[in-house]
Amino acid sequence: MPDYLPELVDRLLDGFLVTLRLLALSGLLATVIGTVLAAMRVSPIAPLRAFGTSYVNVFRNTPLVVLFLIAVVGLPAVGILQGSFFSRAVAALSVYTAAFVCESLRSGINTVDPGQAEAARSIGMTFGKSLRIVVLPQAFRAVIPPLASVYIALAKNTSVASAFGVTEATYQLSNLNRDFPDELYLSFLGIALGYIVIVAVISGTANRLERRVAVGR
Amino acid sequence: MTAVLFDVPGPRARRRHLIGTVVAGLALAALAGWVLWVLWDKEQITPEQWEPFTEPNIVNLLFEGLVDTLTAAAVAIALAVALGAVFASGRLSDHAGIRWPSIVVIEFFRAVPLLLLIFFLFLGFGGPLGTFWALVLGLMLYNGSVLAEIFRAGILSVPRGQSEAGYAIGMRKSQVMRQILAPQAVRSMLPAIISQCVVALKDTALGFIIGAPGIVRDAERIYIAPQYNNPLAVGIVLAAIFIIINYSLSRLATNLESRMRREGRAVIGTEAAAEG
Repeated sequence: MPDYLPELVDRLLDGFLVTLRLLALSGLLATVIGTVLAAMRVSPIAPLRAFGTSYVNVFRNTPLVVLFLIAVVGLPAVGILQGSFFSRAVAALSVYTAAFVCESLRSGINTVDPGQAEAARSIGMTFGKSLRIVVLPQAFRAVIPPLASVYIALAKNTSVASAFGVTEATYQLSNLNRDFPDELYLSFLGIALGYIVIVAVISGTANRLERRVAVGR
Repeated sequence: MTAVLFDVPGPRARRRHLIGTVVAGLALAALAGWVLWVLWDKEQITPEQWEPFTEPNIVNLLFEGLVDTLTAAAVAIALAVALGAVFASGRLSDHAGIRWPSIVVIEFFRAVPLLLLIFFLFLGFGGPLGTFWALVLGLMLYNGSVLAEIFRAGILSVPRGQSEAGYAIGMRKSQVMRQILAPQAVRSMLPAIISQCVVALKDTALGFIIGAPGIVRDAERIYIAPQYNNPLAVGIVLAAIFIIINYSLSRLATNLESRMRREGRAVIGTEAAAEG
């Protein structure tokens, strides 16, 4: 039986490497899908708006565990999504998080005062120009805090993958507990600390970014 | 439609939008058709897949599971509200010796994944507690910490003149809190609290992972039965049940929020609830 502490560090590194890969990949995919959905939700084309709204209502109100069941068990059983457990977890996490990304972006755009865009148009800016120079920079500022909470939630949600065949950080708790049942508290605190660091990095980055783009009013 | 991005459309823009509507409508119809065709092709739209949900024993099983899930969520929310009130008053305390531990505890449980917490409670105390309480206590600790922050925001949203007036007539801090701030804050927090209920109800499904009683565990028993073997159909039914309940709750919260905003009240909005 190896020593506990080196083994703990070893397995934490293994676990959090997978957690970070899950976070990065599904964060990227969710951002892309969520941006497209947000564009749909603010577009003047009614069917696209309806699609965006339905997507958000469906995926935001479904428990992540149920999405995992569908992505890991349901779809592969009929021959769809037969990749590794990791890729199925990324699929479930991305489609779920995309709904939240969409809502953050949309609420960010809506915080911009309509007068701003009207003023831009009235001095002759084109649609593209007013969007690029006036609306989006202000929307970006308002979007940072809610978007940061979405990524933080995603980081924590990657833990659900532990129950569906992905050996990420949370899986390591039962893994460590099997070999070192007396050290459960330390194992728990060690893994918790890893998540706390991830959360702190995301919110710290968001704060720095927010300060950089802030304007004195 | 957001007024930020567009002017009221003129005749040409209206024509463009009409063309766009037709094209997008056709594209979405094609997408829906393709999804149905794939499901048909994979023999998912057959009586064998869906008939089980009309059998009385299956309906009963799902109903009992739903009752278990709702019970766990309700107990967890009730406990979380109590815990949240304790944590929030701790964080608002004037004594650093109470304030700092409260902050540490709240931030810890908010930053740690709920599933890790439930696993820990299950592995460490699963014997005496059982799966139900491991789940409920995990939900309580997490949602209690989120609610504590909502409560704090609610208390701080009451205009300062209210507490100053309370102190001016000689009330103590606990009296000001109980008789003046809390009653006014509760109204403003209602939308955020309901939204947090939606989050808690969704998270209750995590109990499936440690085998706690609930609708997901019962649903799993259906599709692993060889005579049914319909995991996709079961997943879709599960999702639909949760969507109906959560969508109604979310609508209630946003309607309440917009009504309170129209009436010009202070309101802690639904966005204060935890994401995902």
